[in-house]
Amino acid sequence: MSSISIIENLDSLETRQDIPEFRAGDTLRVHVRIREGEKERVQVFEGTCISRHNNGVRSTFTVRKLSYGVGVERVFPLHSPRLATIEVKDRGRVRRSRLYYLRERIGKAARVRNLRDVHGGGRSRS
Amino acid sequence: MAHGLLGKKVGMTQVFDQEGNQVPVTVLEMAPNTVVQVKTAEGKDGYNAVKIGTDAVDPKLLNRPEAGVFHRAGTDALRHVREFRLSDDEVGNYNAGDKLAVDVFTPGQKVDVTGTSKGRGFAGVVKRHGFKGAKEMTHGTHEYKRHAGSIGCSAYPARVIKGKRMAGQMGVDRVTVRGLKVVAVYLEDNLLLVKGAIPGPKNGLVVAQASAKS
Repeated sequence: MSSISIIENLDSLETRQDIPEFRAGDTLRVHVRIREGEKERVQVFEGTCISRHNNGVRSTFTVRKLSYGVGVERVFPLHSPRLATIEVKDRGRVRRSRLYYLRERIGKAARVRNLRDVHGGGRSRS
Repeated sequence: MAHGLLGKKVGMTQVFDQEGNQVPVTVLEMAPNTVVQVKTAEGKDGYNAVKIGTDAVDPKLLNRPEAGVFHRAGTDALRHVREFRLSDDEVGNYNAGDKLAVDVFTPGQKVDVTGTSKGRGFAGVVKRHGFKGAKEMTHGTHEYKRHAGSIGCSAYPARVIKGKRMAGQMGVDRVTVRGLKVVAVYLEDNLLLVKGAIPGPKNGLVVAQASAKS
């Protein structure tokens, strides 16, 4: 077996199949498993997906939210077993793949338009 | 003091451990190694060791003494052969022709992995020894960006101290990385997953053995 296919086989063992389709601009509810000593509980991190980094099993995505007026961003490994579920709450209408411009915006300007609200311009997604 | 195994470096990737942490791993392919010769303290060799090899090769490529070793053992001719010292009570477990698979290692165990580092050619002191290079790039500094500075004193000792770090061949050294954790063993595919990086290029020969400092 070639080196590349060996690595691909190993990676396919680690890859999760239960990931919903989403992209930058979408509003996500990420359910994260958290261990506190012996107990395990699930915490929800809700915010806008501002970037996706696609790299096989090493793929990540970044979620940004405002917490008590402070911007918080978390980078999650897409295939991490620590993610219980990823819920896609809303689809956003955006024109670029990395929404870093949201960091400089405050209040109403920091919103992403909902795909449903966009008349005519909305792309259909499978 | 059990035997190690010969194999080749496949490359690196990452896996998730039970807690969900990302663990960087190097994948080693260790096709079953063949025991070529067993040396015993009682025999003419005078010490206990096992000689094992991997990667079958056309015997025509070997010289007569090398080919003779495999002829006597009754095994295929092998490209790579290494010897491992054994203790008195271990020698009895090995016979010429035996196949040794990756299951000598168990997940969680610490291993030492030896390889040959990637060649960098004739490298300067900045790359080879981590010298800082020139402090400033302006105010008259000329052709000094990656030089080494002074290499010693003047009239006394009037020579350069031996071992002074200078430019020269870098890489293609035998390098051992100790105490790497075995993350997983895949017996059917002859794969060994070890946490961390390992010297050498992909497809380079590596030798893994149980850690000497465990």
